[in-house]
Amino acid sequence: MTWVNAVIQGVLQGGIYALIACGLSLAFGVMRVVNLAHGDLAVCGAYLALVLSTGLGVPVWYVLPLVLPAAFVVGMGLQVLLLRRALRGGEFATVLVTFGLSVMIENLLLVGATANDRVFNTGAIGVASLHIGSQITLPWLFVAAFLTACGVLSGLQLVLSRTSWGRKVRAIADDIDTARLVGVRVGPLFATVAGIAVATAALAGVFIGAIGNFNPLTGTTMLIFAFEAVVIGGLGSLWGTLVGGIALGVTQVVVGEINQAYAVLAVHLLFLLVLAIRPAGLFPSGQQARVAQVLG
Amino acid sequence: MTALLEISGLDVYYGDFQALFGVGLRVAQGQALALVGANGAGKTTLLRTIAGAISPARGTIRYDGEDITTAAAHRRIRRGIALVPEGRRLFPSLTVEENILVGAAAAASAAWPLERIYEIFPLIARRRRHRASQLSGGEQQAVAIGRALAAAPSLLLLDEISLGLAPKVVGELYRTLSSLRESGATLVIVEQDLRRALSACDTVVCLLEGRVALAAAASVGRDEVVAAYFGNGQEKPA
Repeated sequence: MTWVNAVIQGVLQGGIYALIACGLSLAFGVMRVVNLAHGDLAVCGAYLALVLSTGLGVPVWYVLPLVLPAAFVVGMGLQVLLLRRALRGGEFATVLVTFGLSVMIENLLLVGATANDRVFNTGAIGVASLHIGSQITLPWLFVAAFLTACGVLSGLQLVLSRTSWGRKVRAIADDIDTARLVGVRVGPLFATVAGIAVATAALAGVFIGAIGNFNPLTGTTMLIFAFEAVVIGGLGSLWGTLVGGIALGVTQVVVGEINQAYAVLAVHLLFLLVLAIRPAGLFPSGQQARVAQVLG
Repeated sequence: MTALLEISGLDVYYGDFQALFGVGLRVAQGQALALVGANGAGKTTLLRTIAGAISPARGTIRYDGEDITTAAAHRRIRRGIALVPEGRRLFPSLTVEENILVGAAAAASAAWPLERIYEIFPLIARRRRHRASQLSGGEQQAVAIGRALAAAPSLLLLDEISLGLAPKVVGELYRTLSSLRESGATLVIVEQDLRRALSACDTVVCLLEGRVALAAAASVGRDEVVAAYFGNGQEKPA
């Protein structure tokens, strides 16, 4: 029963990884932006939630309606003011620019918020658990994070597949030059996608802060896990990202059950293994599959 | 006749390489113009410049009396210019219907309804739920034209639509273009097959190394077009 419990805990943990990774996957899949500041933007979301929640004296969940729109606007602003210019210099330029942004955010947070770990007021849900039998205990926070990840991914998938906006976004992901030629206005669509990516990062940041604690450097760890989830699932594939996140979570918790010292190492080894066997990931988008085929 | 499209003195560069040298042409409303020339003559560059994918260094493009030289591609589509690009360039992960709907989304007012496009191309109506990557070359070309028509264009730019297709399929596509002309559409057709181009169009413009070598009625003698096509080159047209 301990192993069943470990697998379930791992799946729930994977939901959090998927939540942080889905914005990264979306930004790469559509804009070809490898956003190295994604984790730091998530931490910024967590700090904003902390300031608002402390200031208003309410559990952190109550301030999400303020944090998420703010993060959306920040994402749009970043795209319009920074990434759009960087994209003109090619995909590698965006890597450099977002790396610089990451360093800048971390240092500004260290100066403004110190390196101390922070915790949220999560209210009653923070300590409540769901008990199934005598050996399976599921913290409600983890369940909520997993359900939120599934909801966000389903919502994004639905919007991408059923709406005119989604069709245009997928057209851009397939062939941006032709999309422009048939009249798709790439700029506003990129801004919206960047807004969604940063909003989902902020949401993930709040959940990560609620489950454990966070400091200005938490973003780097988040980014590594997010990258691994995206690569394992297949670049640009949203459902693949969920599977990638779950694979990471299950590996981490199950190996941790055997020896906690090897838990994180096992996660990174899984990532390397998938990269070696299936470079395009488990569920590659059409374009990634074609690239992998060409590269052999 | 009133000129729907009027181009003058167009210079286009790719970095330091000059692809077009002072190109000018005129297409009247309801006319079909054949743009011919050897590989690398600048035909595709000219079409892409008209469509707004490339900015010219010099020269003007006037459409329906308005200067659109610096207008963005989406504005040109809203004004009524649609391009069927070389190599089809469909969105492979989108279905046939989604490809057409992406084209329709750019229309200024009333986009062509899907049913009208399926009426013209019954071939693709049956495959509307299939991904574009699953279609044959002829079907893909029909979708590419359908996607351009969805934007309800007044001027349709067609770049090498017969490339890689069986003669029977090409014949069907040209019959469709002929019926589009009857309904008032203006066409600029880039075509390697000289005989087909001359028979389908009213006027012909031959480009040679980025310059207009000939601009004449399509009834001009084939020999004259061939002479302009060759220049001092080595390639022989079909």
